[in-house]
Amino acid sequence: MSGSPTPHAKETGMPKHQRAIVVAMVAVLLVLPHLLYPVFVMKVLCFALFACAFNLLIGYVGLLSFGHALFFGWAAYVSAHAAKIWGFPPELAILSGMACGAVLGLVVGALAIRRQGIYFSMITLALAQMAYFFALQAPFTGGEDGLQRVPRGTMFGLLDLRNDLVLYYVVAAIFLGAFLLIYRIVHSPFGQVLKAIRENEPRAVSLGYRVDQYKLAAFVMSAALAGLAGAVKSQIFQLASLSDVHWTMSGEVVLMTLVGGLGTVFGPIVGAAVIISMQNYLAELGSWVTVVQGVIFVVCVLAFRRGIVGEIAAKLKKPL
Amino acid sequence: MSDFILETEALTKEFRGFVAVNGVSLKVKRNSIHALIGPNGAGKTTCFNLLTKFLDPTRGAIRYNGRDITRLKPADIARQGLVRSFQISAVFPHLSVLENVRVALQRQRGSSFDFWRSERVLDQYNERARELIDWVGLSEFADTIAVEMPYGRKRALEIATTLALDPEMMLLDEPTAGMGHEDVGRIAALIKRVAQGRTVLMVEHNLSVVADLSDTITVLARGEVLAEGNYETVSKNPDVVQAYMGAGHG
Repeated sequence: MSGSPTPHAKETGMPKHQRAIVVAMVAVLLVLPHLLYPVFVMKVLCFALFACAFNLLIGYVGLLSFGHALFFGWAAYVSAHAAKIWGFPPELAILSGMACGAVLGLVVGALAIRRQGIYFSMITLALAQMAYFFALQAPFTGGEDGLQRVPRGTMFGLLDLRNDLVLYYVVAAIFLGAFLLIYRIVHSPFGQVLKAIRENEPRAVSLGYRVDQYKLAAFVMSAALAGLAGAVKSQIFQLASLSDVHWTMSGEVVLMTLVGGLGTVFGPIVGAAVIISMQNYLAELGSWVTVVQGVIFVVCVLAFRRGIVGEIAAKLKKPL
Repeated sequence: MSDFILETEALTKEFRGFVAVNGVSLKVKRNSIHALIGPNGAGKTTCFNLLTKFLDPTRGAIRYNGRDITRLKPADIARQGLVRSFQISAVFPHLSVLENVRVALQRQRGSSFDFWRSERVLDQYNERARELIDWVGLSEFADTIAVEMPYGRKRALEIATTLALDPEMMLLDEPTAGMGHEDVGRIAALIKRVAQGRTVLMVEHNLSVVADLSDTITVLARGEVLAEGNYETVSKNPDVVQAYMGAGHG
């Protein structure tokens, strides 16, 4: 398969077919809250953002973090606390959550990137478990109850987020902005070095790249964006709870990314939509949801190793 | 400036009591092709990894252009112009041939931490990348994904990538290992061209390649230097013959 160079659009640097998909996505996002329950769509967007952030690390640097719930969950706590106790307006509450994700990412990343492969994943898992235990014991997280009834407030003193539809468009805008940012990170000179590290780390070293610095930078970016997703989540549901920091949340984001397509631009969005829809529409099956999820996961790994979007991209021979 | 670009002094590497490399003192002359040969387990690859800093020596010193590089990190010696290749072909498999070479050319920008800029800024290197790709005879493969090329071509790509850094000295780890006859000839010719105006140190098994290319040969056996000189001298050395053939020959 000879990859023919795709014509780039002048201003964005995005190939034409990808640009068309983004435009279609914007159109769908505009209409969707009138067809589906807005809170459900917001939940999908929130997890799509989380999965995109995770994919930045595994898909483009080849680092499997098994502790991303740490950034998601703690950012949810911090932004909920900021909004509820400190009375921060939503924009500042969300930013504090994101900052929390970045700082935690710096600490966890600095420790984890010293090891490779499974050991890297284990360190991220271990640190996330420690943070979970801390969330369980610390008084300000509300323990088993979590932080409930987080006020939604007024964004920039203009947008009343108590209105679901207003909140929806704010969330959609945040999602799109973050998605485009991730796209740019991946398709930048920095992203090119990341891909080289993913492909062959010793070779990147032998070309003179100090790979640890690149890995750490990517880790912090991924954690900050996962934090953004968590912070937005606490605004949507007015709740930050233990389930956000639990390891199953880390597992779920892995699942979404794999189902959608690892290392693809649109895969994590599709994966998040599939998994969240399943949880939502199969809810009456109760605990059978996890069984169905398990089956889908096995089918995915056996039949579509590249994930939904990855398989489509391979068929079309175009990067998606 | 000294005649020798790379010198080692009593370089030693021990692994849990096993001495893989023992007191090796090498002197590599500037602008020459220097080969490191020896029977299996002689410590060639360990020695090579010490020189490129992928392993830390237990004892001894390495000097490059008169500077002590014994304790530097691998990425840092690459920045000083000492660039290595690997035993298994070291390409970036899922990047195109052009992108492979461009990753190396990109080093000219310094550290690329600018994640906010479009990768289109890298297009400025396309022309130079294509020149290098042409130079190693891969013109028609420029847009091929590296993993899809045959082995010999990957090694040519690897050399193009290394050349993109314009290194003062190249270290090649078994450049013709695992290659068919035809590819061996092609790569040997390429190394000869690459070596013009550069220093090349290579570990190599294929003795005809070594005989053909090398100005100086160092023979290692059991982690120590057994003999050194040009091919004629070394190949007539009885110790070398014995190390290669075992007792009872020659």
